[in-house]
Amino acid sequence: MRVMAQIAMVMNLDKCIGCHTCSVTCKQAWTNRGGVEYVWFNNVETRPGQGYPRRYEDQETWKGGWELNKRGRLKLKGGGRFSKLANIFSNPKLPTIDDYYEPWTYEYANLVDAPLGDDIPVAQPRSLLSGKPFKIEWSANWDDNLGGVSEHGELDPMVAKVREQASEKVRFAFEQTFMFYLPRICEHCLNPSCVASCPSGAMYKRQEDGIVLVDQDQCRGWRMCVTGCPYKKVYFNHRTGKAEKCTLCYPRLEVGLPTVCSETCVGRLRYLGVMLYDADKVLQAASAPDDTDLYEAQLGVFLDPEDPAVRREAERAGIAQDWIDAARRSPVHALISRYKVALPLHPEYRTMPMVWYIPPLSPVVEALTETGFDGEDAGNLFGAIDTLRIPLEYLAELFTAGDTAPVRASLEKLAAMRAAMRPGLLAGDPSGPAPVDEDVARSAGLSGEEMYALYRLLALAKYDERYVIPTAAVGDARRLEESVLPDECSLDYAGGPGMGGSGPYGEGSGASPPMSVENFHVLRDRQTADAPADTGRSRVNLLNWDGRGHPAGLFPAKPEKPGAPDGPGTAPRPPENDDEEER
Amino acid sequence: MSLADSLLWTAMPYITIVLLVGGIIWRYRYDKFGWTTRSSQLYESRLLRIASPVFHYGILFVLAGHLVGLFVPDSWTSAIGVSESTYHYLSLYTGTLAGLATVAGIALLIYRRRTNGPVFLATTRNDKLMYVVLLAAILMGMIAKLTHAGGHGYDYRTTIAPWLRSVFTLHPDYARMDGVPVTYQIHIVIGCVLIALVPYTRLIHMFSAPVQYLFRPYIVYRSRERGQLGTRSERPGWERVP
Repeated sequence: MRVMAQIAMVMNLDKCIGCHTCSVTCKQAWTNRGGVEYVWFNNVETRPGQGYPRRYEDQETWKGGWELNKRGRLKLKGGGRFSKLANIFSNPKLPTIDDYYEPWTYEYANLVDAPLGDDIPVAQPRSLLSGKPFKIEWSANWDDNLGGVSEHGELDPMVAKVREQASEKVRFAFEQTFMFYLPRICEHCLNPSCVASCPSGAMYKRQEDGIVLVDQDQCRGWRMCVTGCPYKKVYFNHRTGKAEKCTLCYPRLEVGLPTVCSETCVGRLRYLGVMLYDADKVLQAASAPDDTDLYEAQLGVFLDPEDPAVRREAERAGIAQDWIDAARRSPVHALISRYKVALPLHPEYRTMPMVWYIPPLSPVVEALTETGFDGEDAGNLFGAIDTLRIPLEYLAELFTAGDTAPVRASLEKLAAMRAAMRPGLLAGDPSGPAPVDEDVARSAGLSGEEMYALYRLLALAKYDERYVIPTAAVGDARRLEESVLPDECSLDYAGGPGMGGSGPYGEGSGASPPMSVENFHVLRDRQTADAPADTGRSRVNLLNWDGRGHPAGLFPAKPEKPGAPDGPGTAPRPPENDDEEER
Repeated sequence: MSLADSLLWTAMPYITIVLLVGGIIWRYRYDKFGWTTRSSQLYESRLLRIASPVFHYGILFVLAGHLVGLFVPDSWTSAIGVSESTYHYLSLYTGTLAGLATVAGIALLIYRRRTNGPVFLATTRNDKLMYVVLLAAILMGMIAKLTHAGGHGYDYRTTIAPWLRSVFTLHPDYARMDGVPVTYQIHIVIGCVLIALVPYTRLIHMFSAPVQYLFRPYIVYRSRERGQLGTRSERPGWERVP
């Protein structure tokens, strides 16, 4: 047994209202730069729908993920090492910008600058790639809320699969159709095919928390990771020529804060916590002969932190005590392994994804009540699951490679939770926790206590129960200047104003300032500057470089010519930046 | 041979080497982030799918031909029984074939770069300079070779090749370059400019050929740097005792 820890996420689709707040805050935090205009580390898809990029689930076209070869061993679907190197001069399966969408902006200046005339001035869309006016025909979210589904619905690869078995299950007629939302981030897989595809070795999985990252200094822009990822969650920055992806907001996680998408989720549907797993079993589990075995196989990889033997091994593997404690309290572990209500997204890609989903129960109670039955009676609910508006088969194609049994089991528990909790809650005794209908709980295979815990986790979803995130190292927590309770001055970093020293390599070579300080300046610059990119800073910050020309601060400023117009580079600087310029 | 000539054939190769090696070290130390292929495949894939492999495989073959021609003395090839005229025809035909592939590839790539809006917009001045020098070097090489194709051709293996090898033994034998056809001389000068430009342009990506991919395990794990917790490094004098 080789115990490793991973920060994982579970999303409760029953609660997702498709507001896209997660997407927008993520974009604001991570991808509002040049070169990644088209990139959404977090996106919310309406299912059925094509997704983003279009039809990314069609692996016969895109060749993402792993497959079994004739001898039953795992191989990259997009081709092994030699084929990758032979094709390195042009990736044969790279989605082009049309498969995502061509990013654009509007000519807003025209609204105020247009000369007086009979016509009302309009803001024309302009492509951010060619700079020319163009017709917007697609975007990351073009088929939101089933927009155009009667035209494009057939293009959902999962719809095609369901129709192969039961064509009557998926209908797009207005009265008969169904939909739900599917928020997606990087899966931070246990067996990441993007990492395996990277010829440069720039992509890696962090040993401590399992986050999959791209080393921006080592990436050479071969683009094989984009093909390798079956979820198409690695993106190519076309300005810098480097791959970028969801970082699971590691600078936040390291100090115990939830990711931006989780923090801002209005539906409170995201859960973050530690999963302990046995790294020795991953390869074997990912090689399960049948696609439908993969869900159970992955469950078998996870370890139970309540088991003393597991805890002992975890300690021996160097996992910190607070991580083991967090694993015991992990909401993600509870939803995945204890209650088995969460399911992986597309286990058939064999990457062992680590962002799991609780399937949506669809408006079943309403539908049942309309037919004259008690919509919240457990028996009625269980019977209705097979005839839900969202077909079980469709959910099964998404979450269990087509096996409806685990999806039904999960939905039955969700239905039982409603039935078991309702009488007690309606009785309205506010003095203690609501009593649970033990019989209904048992019919779903849970004790009354467990049912109450599940109810608390899913329905009440308290902040500190949804997010149980151990910090990077509790022993050093006091020295983390971004921790909640810093005991030293946050400007006291090497070369900072509070420090004075310049390090062994002279003034210009000190360590970078902490991310919080940097972000503070970058954000303020962005909010106060007219130019889209960061231009007023003295320190070379390549993350904010849009790839045009040279980054601000790389060369000393040219002496200003008298009478030259004020460009963005000559905007007045905030006084604080002068300190940095000196060092 | 004038003084300028002899200076050219002694100083130029060393300046080129210094610019190349120094440039790579500088780029590695200070601009790892900029070290990339800067691919434009995201904008346009159809033409690139054909043109890029044709060009790259072509120029790799041309490079191999240059290395063999310049660094394998003719005494070695005759020792294994390859006569001078066999060698000449072999190099003429295969070299021309590879050269034509290279030219066709780069022509298509430049056409694509010029006509596709987003690709052209992503072209920097640095790229344009690089394209001019690269194209000039390739074309001049083709011209030099093909204008001396008749008979046994021009035997650079008794003039240019020994000169270049003498550069690496630090006794530049510039007299060997006396009487080399002017087309070859121009090709060498442009070639030196191109080599000197490599570290300062996107051509740097040739030094990141990912050979190690064949030997590493598929899944790469990395640990957060020990001693660096969070986003800051240790303060000088307060480093953790290992």
